Amino acid sequence: MSGHEATAGPMAVTDRVHWIGALDPKMRTFDVILKTPNGTTYNAYLVRGSDGVAVIDTVKAETADQFFARLEAVADYAEIKVIVLNHLEPDHSGALPELMRRAPQATLYISDAAQLMLKALLNNSDIAYTPVTTNDRVSLGDRTLRFLNTPYLHWPDTQCTYLEEEGVLFSGDVFGCHYCDEQLFNDSVGDFRFSFEYYYSHIMRPFKQYVLGALELIEPLQINLIAPTHGPILRDHPRHYIERYRELSTPHLHLEIDRDVKTMIIFYISSYGNTMHMAEAIRDGAAEVGGFRISLYDLEGGEVEPFVDLVEEADAILVGSPTINGDAVKPVWDLLSSFAQINVKGKVAGAFGSYGWSGEAVRMVEDRLRGLKMRVPAGGLRIKLIPSADELENCRDYGRDIGSFLMGRPRAREIDMSQLSAN
Amino acid sequence: MAKAILTFADIGVSVTVPAGTRIIEVSEKVGAGIVYGCRESDCGTCLTEVISGMENLSEPSPIERATLAEHKAGANMRLACQTLVLGDATIKPAI
Repeated sequence: MSGHEATAGPMAVTDRVHWIGALDPKMRTFDVILKTPNGTTYNAYLVRGSDGVAVIDTVKAETADQFFARLEAVADYAEIKVIVLNHLEPDHSGALPELMRRAPQATLYISDAAQLMLKALLNNSDIAYTPVTTNDRVSLGDRTLRFLNTPYLHWPDTQCTYLEEEGVLFSGDVFGCHYCDEQLFNDSVGDFRFSFEYYYSHIMRPFKQYVLGALELIEPLQINLIAPTHGPILRDHPRHYIERYRELSTPHLHLEIDRDVKTMIIFYISSYGNTMHMAEAIRDGAAEVGGFRISLYDLEGGEVEPFVDLVEEADAILVGSPTINGDAVKPVWDLLSSFAQINVKGKVAGAFGSYGWSGEAVRMVEDRLRGLKMRVPAGGLRIKLIPSADELENCRDYGRDIGSFLMGRPRAREIDMSQLSAN
Repeated sequence: MAKAILTFADIGVSVTVPAGTRIIEVSEKVGAGIVYGCRESDCGTCLTEVISGMENLSEPSPIERATLAEHKAGANMRLACQTLVLGDATIKPAI
């Protein structure tokens, strides 16, 4: 493949497609959560058909000058018939208002779910648009754009656009990464493997189910080239990146054990062994229910990242923390704050812990678990200092309760709301 | 104070609540499958199917009606974050 292709102007991607995006090599942190050690690119594209021109995505407002200069080098504004936004995040919609001012005749195409976001993002209800979904098409004469509705990759609004005659997939943030190299193409830029994996793990990972849904639409397509909105354009072995997304998004635990076998993980940390003894008793009670695997982990003996990997594929998560200075302890918060990297919605959860005088930690952990949309079927278990024999039996019963719930056999209960408040 | 029994069909739990209790105040505490997002009638995440007792629930506010319409919700659907329980009802997650 070619070696050095300059990017001061637009870059030809195919005979009919030009890259007209922007380079942002000085960016160091993206969206608060991502490190970008060599910056990023905001990729936008121009597609030329026999009956008009389409602009696919725009750029961050601060880099709009680059975008408009490159656009003007390959097309007149009057030629623009179609504008597509595959994703409305400001780094892709930043130049939209000005583009529509310069090309007022163009029709804007966005996904169904993008409609309310458009108004909220641009504070401009006057912008006209046409909502589209999977297999809707727009003709540019001898070139055709087909839309694929691929929600939650990584916002509700996200979609992909497929240029049928060229086999080009404008994938939005999917298959993208924060990597700035003016060579632009994956066979010419430096080693960006880390950036690709890092981007997936921080942006797409919580939405694995949606990735798999999108791949069902993408995999059957003839793909000659993937044109994402960040990082290298993937023209060399584009299908490799599709395969990698499937690999990263496919649950692995069930490749090793029976799909029907559920997993419970009990995390704890303990100052004097009391919360540990609670954890062990809960484990014993849960084991009496049977039918699922149980792992017991002391947070003091492990790192957060591998624990998060375990949580991602577990069905039930219990967290034990002592209360110190009116709070759960830092290793517990470190673990819980990392749950945002994955999807924990709907997993069964609970909290427990020993305390000295006020015992706030359990309630705080429970609130966090509920805030993450986990299901907390039983009030958390708090025990003052050293658990007695009776209290350890309460722990075992709590384990039975959670275990039964996990196995789809929740104990039928008739309770008064005042009992819930007292928990 | 008048009482009502709110039953969560997905987990087989019935809770006796004071009339006027919001579903959201109870469902999370028993681990029912209703999931919440914004908690203020904007996102529609907590869409809930009313199996019986619709007549025993508070009337939806204009804001809730708008969100229900936006999500093309059926006549047996409510938002758990908004709905007050005034008499016996049985519900389950809509999604």
